[in-house]
Amino acid sequence: MSTPSRITTCAVIALAACATTQRADTPSVKFGQPAAADEIARVDISIPPSGAGLPAGSGTAREGLKVYEQKCSACHGAKGTGKPADALAGGVGSLASKAPLRTVGSYWPYATTLFDYVRRAMPLNAPLSLSDDEVYAVSAYLLFLNGIVGEDVAMNAQTLPQVKMPNRDGFISDWPPRARN
Amino acid sequence: MNKKSGRRDFLARGAAVVAGAALMPSARAELAGEPWERVYGTGFTKYGQPSRFEQSVGRHLGQPYGELAPGSGAALSPIEALDGIITPNSVHFIRSHSGTPDIDPKLHRLYVHGLVERPLRFSVDALLRYPRITRTYFLECSGNSSRALTPQPAQVPAGGMHGNVSCAEWTGFPLRVLLDEAGLRPQAKWLLAEGADSAHMSRSIPLEKALDDAMIALYQNGERLRPEQGYPVRLLLPGWEGNMSVKWLRRIKLTEEPTHTKDETSKYTDPLPDGRALQFTFEMGVKSVITRPSSTMKLAEPGFHEISGIAWSGAGRVRRVDVSTDGGRTWNEATLLGAERPRALVRFRHPWRWDGTPAVLLSRATDEKGNVQPPRREWQARYAPDMRFHNNSMVTWAVEADGSVKHVYA
Repeated sequence: MSTPSRITTCAVIALAACATTQRADTPSVKFGQPAAADEIARVDISIPPSGAGLPAGSGTAREGLKVYEQKCSACHGAKGTGKPADALAGGVGSLASKAPLRTVGSYWPYATTLFDYVRRAMPLNAPLSLSDDEVYAVSAYLLFLNGIVGEDVAMNAQTLPQVKMPNRDGFISDWPPRARN
Repeated sequence: MNKKSGRRDFLARGAAVVAGAALMPSARAELAGEPWERVYGTGFTKYGQPSRFEQSVGRHLGQPYGELAPGSGAALSPIEALDGIITPNSVHFIRSHSGTPDIDPKLHRLYVHGLVERPLRFSVDALLRYPRITRTYFLECSGNSSRALTPQPAQVPAGGMHGNVSCAEWTGFPLRVLLDEAGLRPQAKWLLAEGADSAHMSRSIPLEKALDDAMIALYQNGERLRPEQGYPVRLLLPGWEGNMSVKWLRRIKLTEEPTHTKDETSKYTDPLPDGRALQFTFEMGVKSVITRPSSTMKLAEPGFHEISGIAWSGAGRVRRVDVSTDGGRTWNEATLLGAERPRALVRFRHPWRWDGTPAVLLSRATDEKGNVQPPRREWQARYAPDMRFHNNSMVTWAVEADGSVKHVYA
């Protein structure tokens, strides 16, 4: 009868010690400052598949060709053939072959990623320099090169998220993780 | 007393000693002493450098675009030249997409927003005020060992193929501290982490990891982060592919779904033979590599040679490493250093007496979850031919009769 009570006492002491240590190690401190909506808006550049956050503006492949030739083709090749940087067009139907070609057209599951990435990172030597119209236009051009949209179809906040990419269903989410090995 | 007279006394005493020595020829016999023992050494420097005789030790630069984009690619850690489990900051591997930004910490800001109660802005000074924790973790680029997938085995130092892994003691605080401060909304299930480099590197991270062991890192091996490691602040996701430990962290946005950024769709996805691909394979597999002896080295002579290397697992602790010197026919359990630490490098050692005949060296790691490092062919068979992420397969070195060590495919 004395044993269980002793165990209980020990447990209580252990818990108390634990709680004290916790409090000493992690005091509740707050050093963040409230961030206003307009301040957030200037850095919030990520665009999910829903298209939430896409800005106003629009562009067609015909308009995008000019942007592409001036700012992109030196690294990505004429018509997105690649070299020295990644190929951006072609490869549809190659993914299960011995020589898969993974491009925007053959591999990328969402068109919104194109707008997101071009705006945040391209061109390599001057990211954040393209206007929203230019980003829409060059996105439209790359989709056109891959036969996904017509040359005069405007890409904008409404149309871009609706583009169905050829490999949309080609991915299997591994989160939560499956067993491996 | 003034300095001049003190110095005169000292010189006078020295002269007397020299004079005394001259009277004793036996004591003047040639005393051993290399030139550096006979001159006063160099003065102090503020920030140290390795010996001039170790200048050949450095990162292996992988710059696929050359001078066009010298900061796009990787600089691999010279694991063949290192020992222990901590990687010196100067040779920690670097993987960057658009070079290293030159960030002024006074101007840098970190935002936490999206599905939170209170969108917040943090200055670097603010981040430096939180109570800190220190943890030792490895970081491995998901594309590490992709160079060991070429049709013919590359004959380069071990670090040139497998050096996109390093291990450091990181200091900062748990990411959840900032998330608690901002107040998570119930719909928040993922977060987008974004860097302030010119690629604005961005990855989606499940909230489970963010609330588990994710760190806001400010210090590395005792000093502030190096610029190429994310100065002034980076994310650190222990055991997960390095790309997600976003450097130069400027924004965390809580979301309901993953954002499907370029680097979690077009890259860092794992293509399968049937044309589909696995996405969000975050954890780095159990792995080991013998660093000494390793490819391009040469054993001087038969006799004792210690076999040593590094092992790690994104799933937790390394439980054991086995070493074979006969191409995998027989295995010996190696001695481990640091095996008590989860998600850190472990150093393994195995004493070996080389008899001068050809030998084939392999190591195989097993982690505490029972995961075993797979043979190369078995690993390759799971994926499409151009798969180059998450290669945790076994590495084979062949010791030839003349002692030279070659990279071979088993």
